[in-house]
Amino acid sequence: MSELLKRLDTDRRKLLMDRSAPGRIGTTLPSLDVPTSDLPDSSLLRGELDMPEVSEGEIVRYFAQISQMNFTIDHNFYPLGSCTMKYNPKLNDEIASLPGFTEIHPLQREETAQGAIRLLWELQESLNEITGMAGCSLAPMAGAEGEFAGMLMARAYHLERGESKRRKVLIPDSAHGTNPASAAMAGFEVVSLPSDADGNADLDALQGSVDDELAGLMITLPSTLGLFDSNILEVNKIVRDAGGIVYGDGANLNAIVGRVKFGDLGFDVIHSNLHKTFTQPHGGGGPGAGPVIAGPRLVDYLPVPVAIRRDGEDGDTFSLGRPPKSIGRMGAFHGNFGALVRAWAYICTLGREGIPQISEDAVINANYILSQIRGCYTLPYDRICMHEVVLSATNLKRENGVRALDVAKRLIDYGIHPPTMYFPLIVDEALMIEPTETESKETLDSFIEVMKTIAEESSSDPDLLKNAPHNTPNTRVDEARAARRPDLRWRRSEH
Amino acid sequence: MTGDSFQSPYVPNTDLDRRLMLDAIGVDSVDDLFSDVPEGYLNYDLDIPSAMDELELGRYAAQLASMNATPGDYACFLGAGSYRHHIPAVVRQITGRSEYVTAYTPYQPEVSQGTLQTAFEFQSLICQLTGMDVANLGMYDGSTSLAEAALMAGRVTRRGRVSVLKTVSPLYREVLDTYVQARNIEVETIDSQNPKIEEGTACLIVQQPNFFGYLEDLQALSDLAHSSGALLIVSADPLSLAMFNPPSKYGADIVVGEGQALGVPPTFGGPYVGLFACKQDYIRQMPGRIVGRTVDTRGEEAYVLTLQTREQHIRRERATSNICTAVALIALMSTVYMASFGKRGLRHVAELCYHKAHYAAGLIDSIPGYSLPMEGTFFREFVVECPLPPERVNRMLVERGIIGGLDISEQTPNGMLVCVTEVNSREEVESLADALAEISRDG
Repeated sequence: MSELLKRLDTDRRKLLMDRSAPGRIGTTLPSLDVPTSDLPDSSLLRGELDMPEVSEGEIVRYFAQISQMNFTIDHNFYPLGSCTMKYNPKLNDEIASLPGFTEIHPLQREETAQGAIRLLWELQESLNEITGMAGCSLAPMAGAEGEFAGMLMARAYHLERGESKRRKVLIPDSAHGTNPASAAMAGFEVVSLPSDADGNADLDALQGSVDDELAGLMITLPSTLGLFDSNILEVNKIVRDAGGIVYGDGANLNAIVGRVKFGDLGFDVIHSNLHKTFTQPHGGGGPGAGPVIAGPRLVDYLPVPVAIRRDGEDGDTFSLGRPPKSIGRMGAFHGNFGALVRAWAYICTLGREGIPQISEDAVINANYILSQIRGCYTLPYDRICMHEVVLSATNLKRENGVRALDVAKRLIDYGIHPPTMYFPLIVDEALMIEPTETESKETLDSFIEVMKTIAEESSSDPDLLKNAPHNTPNTRVDEARAARRPDLRWRRSEH
Repeated sequence: MTGDSFQSPYVPNTDLDRRLMLDAIGVDSVDDLFSDVPEGYLNYDLDIPSAMDELELGRYAAQLASMNATPGDYACFLGAGSYRHHIPAVVRQITGRSEYVTAYTPYQPEVSQGTLQTAFEFQSLICQLTGMDVANLGMYDGSTSLAEAALMAGRVTRRGRVSVLKTVSPLYREVLDTYVQARNIEVETIDSQNPKIEEGTACLIVQQPNFFGYLEDLQALSDLAHSSGALLIVSADPLSLAMFNPPSKYGADIVVGEGQALGVPPTFGGPYVGLFACKQDYIRQMPGRIVGRTVDTRGEEAYVLTLQTREQHIRRERATSNICTAVALIALMSTVYMASFGKRGLRHVAELCYHKAHYAAGLIDSIPGYSLPMEGTFFREFVVECPLPPERVNRMLVERGIIGGLDISEQTPNGMLVCVTEVNSREEVESLADALAEISRDG
């Protein structure tokens, strides 16, 4: 590359502070239309404030240019397992942008926010019905916060019954890391529950772990192996018979929505990641929403607030209330309303006709991929999967020293976002592929062809994979250096 | 097949596609794919409304939106943790780009440099604004930032007592109670008049400006905390930092805050972004996502999620927090907002708020029956003591097209917390004063 081209590349990535020039500004300043007041004592006032000085056009070009370095659902197939990267409907964004939703203050008097509270109530009702549960709080602002809320509810339930010794929570070894972390934040001791050879929770191990110190079980259904635990009724019965609470992690609800209800299966409390099943865009890592949804045993412990409908002579009125034994408040206000509006709009669009179609096509698509790449990669559990399929690259590693990481990075060269790698932890060289229902057979067929090609390349030219990706702005990055020598902010001194 | 004649616009599979794929899989029907579900537990009863088309849903959504009083029709003087400020069009335009909206957490740095670099910008600007050494990529909101900061102080000091000033937002204190309820942490709410903290206290939590809008004496509070080995946690209003000294100047150890005022609409309470910054020494005890700068295999600069051994997906039950969200898109809004107003503009907006709030306070104070019961320096919020219960005053204000300040009579007699920002015109402020005078006369 010529020196000039290289310099232009570097310039495109200059940080805001390095683009700054004294006197520039990126917007017009609102004017003062009242008399000024005396400023407070200058000892209270700030001296120098280091902030960028850039014009509006420069800001737009900078952020537009660097945005091009992202893979996104709008641009790429994004089969990132356990993340449900489905198409994000544009209508939902438009509805969530209505000034009647964005401009309202969370502490407005309830009679001036009836539309908003009614929407919350409608969403609660839909989520209760879809999951077969008794009550719902939309307050948790992410899946992990929903887990935390649910486990605090389990704790409050046991404490109220005088069973403070119930401190042990069982969590399958295939679980997301948030499960043990949330249980720990809720004051529990975490005991890992092994999976059996089929990928189900190991019933013998479960029987051996329940006693009068059991607080409950946190289990993801379908599991992070992409499997529906065929012993789930027995699992839940063992836990409940021992006095425990069954927590259902609804991260994989997309696989069963409209066809299987958590409530029917004996779950006491679950959360749903609205940014997965219900299309809130992921936004590069947030915001999301993680409503916590409870069965009869725990419904009184839900966090604040819960939307309530009251019938009246002049029609229904809606208010925000506190459940009788509430664990309290999960955030300053009522949850991530903007995300809740999008989920509400999505459910309205699909309705009772369209919701079951989600799980149908999500599961067909995943099994189709499984059926077509069997033989090219190792299958740790060769059985019908749900909405995602977990492969292993152990065969490639054994034969040519190619790892799951290399396969993932090579996919980038073909314009496909890598699957989730090295998770679940119990599968060596794991590649977790979740196509979702919003991808066409044509897209799946080309993905399958790419996966087969990469498997061939792993023996014909393993270095091609080990050095991938080849066409991105950055090649593989030095993560060890980043952690060893943290460089976490712009500094003037170095420039 | 389910779905009858309804065809979801979000699902491309046709019946023929499904047939071909089921054949390839080697099963007869979709139900065969759900054979692991216990018999009798496939449940297609779904008592939710029928599908709505785009036109119909658009109308219904607009109807619900119109049932909410919005500032187009009402003058609004609410603050208390959610603030209305003018947001330049460029903020919405950039953060509406699907390259930012529809990407996931940047686990694959080679295809996420856009998200990662903007995250690094956010961290940098938050450090500059707060004066702190390091910042993370954001928590759920300002209240959970504060609660997580208290938990972090416990890890740093290995102490189990948290002292929080009574002048911290009651909503934030409720969230703190939720977060610590299962830990061996005792929360002590202390008076700000003559604050004392006990031995073995992990941290002193202060809000600046406080819930009532007034500045706390951070130097005295810092001395108090540090004299007993406690950390000073300051929950700071980020816009106020463009005008007043940053908490770092007084030795704050952890600075948290609600980022919403920086370019994020009120949206009935969320999504917002919790700010979280601290001293370098405590970095490995921080919760949340952190982006670092490094190099790629060719030696080119690159950004990547780092210090992940603190986090739940590695450390599981021993993680610093269970959080995996970073609220990246809202952090981006704040970043573009700070870039747009920049060095001069942020100070200008902050001073506008100051002058307008003081103008409003002066007008209201001169109305017979109303007074300002609190002393000190305030920024863009202040407390008014009303001649009638604020609940009644507010009801009468709504009839006059005004959403009044927050009823805080639980905290202070007949107290109303009034917030004025640059979006409240002089006309709005004067009509508030007129309406209050009228209410007092007729009340």
